[in-house]
Amino acid sequence: MAQMTMIQAITDAMRTELKNDENVLVFGEDVGQNGGVFRATEGLQKEFGEDRVFDTPLAESGIGGMSIGLALQGFRPVPEIQFFGFVFETMDAISGQMARYRYRSGGTRTMPITVRSPFGGGVHTPELHADSLEGLMAQQPGLKVVIPSNPYDAKGLLIQSIRDNDPVIFLEHMKLYRSFREEVPEEEYAIELGKAEVKREGKDVTLIAYGAMVHTALKAADELGENGVSAEVIDLRTVAPIDYETIVESVKKTNRAVVLQEAQKQAGIAAHVVSEIQEKAILYLEAPVLRVAAPDTVYPFSQAETVWLPNHNDVVEKVNKVMNF
Amino acid sequence: MKRSLENIENQFEMFQILNEKGEIVNEDAMPELSDDDLKEIMRRMVYTRILDQRSIALNRQGRLGFYAPTAGQEASQLGSHFALEKEDFILPGYRDVPQLIWHGLPLYQAFLFSRGHFHGNQMPEGVNAVSPQIIIGAQITQAAGVGIGMKKRGKDAIAITYTGDGGASQGDFYEGINFAGAFNAQAVFVVQNNRYAISVPVEKQSAAQTIAQKAVAAGIEGVQVDGMDVLAVYAATKDARERAINGEGPTLIETLTYRYGPHTMAGDDPTRYRTEETDNEWEAKDPIVRFRTFLENKDLWSEEEENEVIEQAKEDVKAAIKKADEQPKQKVTELMDIMYEELPASLKEQREEYEAKESK
Repeated sequence: MAQMTMIQAITDAMRTELKNDENVLVFGEDVGQNGGVFRATEGLQKEFGEDRVFDTPLAESGIGGMSIGLALQGFRPVPEIQFFGFVFETMDAISGQMARYRYRSGGTRTMPITVRSPFGGGVHTPELHADSLEGLMAQQPGLKVVIPSNPYDAKGLLIQSIRDNDPVIFLEHMKLYRSFREEVPEEEYAIELGKAEVKREGKDVTLIAYGAMVHTALKAADELGENGVSAEVIDLRTVAPIDYETIVESVKKTNRAVVLQEAQKQAGIAAHVVSEIQEKAILYLEAPVLRVAAPDTVYPFSQAETVWLPNHNDVVEKVNKVMNF
Repeated sequence: MKRSLENIENQFEMFQILNEKGEIVNEDAMPELSDDDLKEIMRRMVYTRILDQRSIALNRQGRLGFYAPTAGQEASQLGSHFALEKEDFILPGYRDVPQLIWHGLPLYQAFLFSRGHFHGNQMPEGVNAVSPQIIIGAQITQAAGVGIGMKKRGKDAIAITYTGDGGASQGDFYEGINFAGAFNAQAVFVVQNNRYAISVPVEKQSAAQTIAQKAVAAGIEGVQVDGMDVLAVYAATKDARERAINGEGPTLIETLTYRYGPHTMAGDDPTRYRTEETDNEWEAKDPIVRFRTFLENKDLWSEEEENEVIEQAKEDVKAAIKKADEQPKQKVTELMDIMYEELPASLKEQREEYEAKESK
C-alpha cells in the first residue's frame, strides 16, 4: 500500500496497463515529455518510450479520429483531452463515431478507447475548463462515463476502463487531483464499471452524488448527523450506465432522496436518477426527490465560483425540505 | 503575393497519361500493367457503370434506399483501388461503395447498406475496410489513425480514404492530413473533385485553384490527376502507396472527375444547378470511352467482351438483390446486442421488454 493522491493513482493505473498490454497507447497534447499539464502521465514516456506515450498536434478532433484509426488497427488507445470543455471540438469523433462503431459495423469493429479528461470547478480556471459536460456524454448510446471521487476508485476504475472493449469517457475532477491522499494498493486491481458504492450507511435519507459532490454529500451528512438526521451517501462512480439497483434499494430503505450534481440543473444526470426512482420506488417515497445542482447559467466567471457552485449548505437545505415535507 | 500564389499553383499541374482520344500522352509515366491487368481494369469499370445504372433503377423501384450515383467516377474510384493490395485498409465516403465491392464486400451486402440493414455493414473477415462514412471528413482523421497504426505495426500496407471537393473544406480534412504528415502515417488521401458538392460548385468552396495544393498546409506531397484517366489515377495511387510504405510520408491526390448523375437519389435535381453544356463537356471525357479506345487500338478489347461483362453485371445484380431480399428482418433485440460487448443493466431490462414483444 502507498499513500497516493488521485493524480498519482491515475498515473499508476496507466503505468499498470502500459505494462500489462503492449496495445495500450497514451497520447494527447503535452502528455509525452512534459508528463501532462497536471502530471498525470509523468514519467510514462521515459519508461515506455515515444512509441507508446506521445504528444499530438493541437487538434482534439484529430486526436479523436486518430484514436479510432488506431483502434481499427488493434490498439487500445488512451487519449487525453486536455480539458473537457474542449470536447465540443471532438464531439463527432466521440459521439458520432467511436460510440457507434460496434453497432454500425454489426459487431465487426470495436473501439476499446478510454478518453481521459479533467473537468470540475473550485480551482479558478479560465473559461471552458471546468464545465461539467458529463450529461452530454451520458446521453449517447454506446458510451460509458466514469467519474471517480477518490484515489482508490480512480486507479481501479481506470484500469477497468482501459480493459473495457467499448469506449469509456473517464472524467477526472481537477479539485480532487491533489486535495487528499489515501491508501492505494500498489498491485493491480479493477473496479467493475456501472457499480455504485455506498460510502456511508444511513436510514433517513439517501444522498446520491458523484465526483466532487461526493465529498460535499459526506460533509453535509456529518452536519445532518449532528442534527439527528441519518443520511446514506451513494457514490455513483459510473454515471452511464447508472447503477439504479443500488439507488432503488437504498431509497426503499430510507424513503427519501436528494440527488447532487455540480452541473447545471438542466444538465448532468440527476434528472435520470429522479425519473428512475419514481418509476421503481414511488410507493416507498415519503417526499419528492429533490435535486442539488448549479443554476442554469453558463459556467461562472472564476470569481463567482464560490456563490455559484453547489455546496454542503445547499445539500443540508434540500435535505431539511425533504425531511419536513 | 500574386506571384507566390502562381508559383504554388504551377506545382500542381494536372497529371495525365491517356488523353480523351485514348492516346498515350505521357509515355514515361506509363505504369507497368500486363494486358490482363488492363483488361481487368476495363472489366471493372464497365461492370461498375452497369451497377450504377441498375442501382438507380432499383432505387426508383423502391428496391434500394440511400444511393449516391457513381457514373463518371469509374477511373477515379477503380483506378485508385486497382493500385491497392488486400492488406490495405479502405475508409470510404458515402459515394465509395464500388471500392468496397472490389475490395471484397459482397454485392448483396452493399445493397443491404443502401437499404439500411446492419448486415450490410458487417465486413467479411479479412476485408480491410469500414462501411461508407456519412459524416464528411470523419474518415480523414480516422485514416490518419489507421495509417499511423500500420506504421507502428510495421505493416507493408496503407490506409486509403476518399472524400469529395466539398469535403476538403472540413476541419477534419485538414486535421487528418496534418496528423498524417506529423506522424509520417502510411496513408493516401484521395479527393474526388467532381466539381459539385450537391449544388455548390467547387469555386464556392475555396479560393484555392487546386485542392491538391492544400497538401502544402500539411507539408505532404500533393498531386492533381486527370480523374477521367484510369491509367493516371492508377499510377498516382501506386506511387503514393509505395512512398507511404517506404516511410516517405502520406500523399494527397486530387482527381478531377465528374458525376453524371444527381448527388444522391433522394430528390436531388442537377438540372437546377448544372448546364447541359457542362454535362456534354464532361461526357466527352468519359473514362470508359477513352480507355475502350485505348484497348481497342491495342486489340485488347471487343464489343463481345464488353457485352459479356454487361450481362454478368446484370445477372450478379439480380442475384444479389434476391439475396438481400432473403435477409431476415432486423429485430430491436439484435440492435441492442451489437451495442456493447456486455449489455448494461438498463439495456438488459429493455431487451427483456422487446424480447417479449418479438416473441408474440
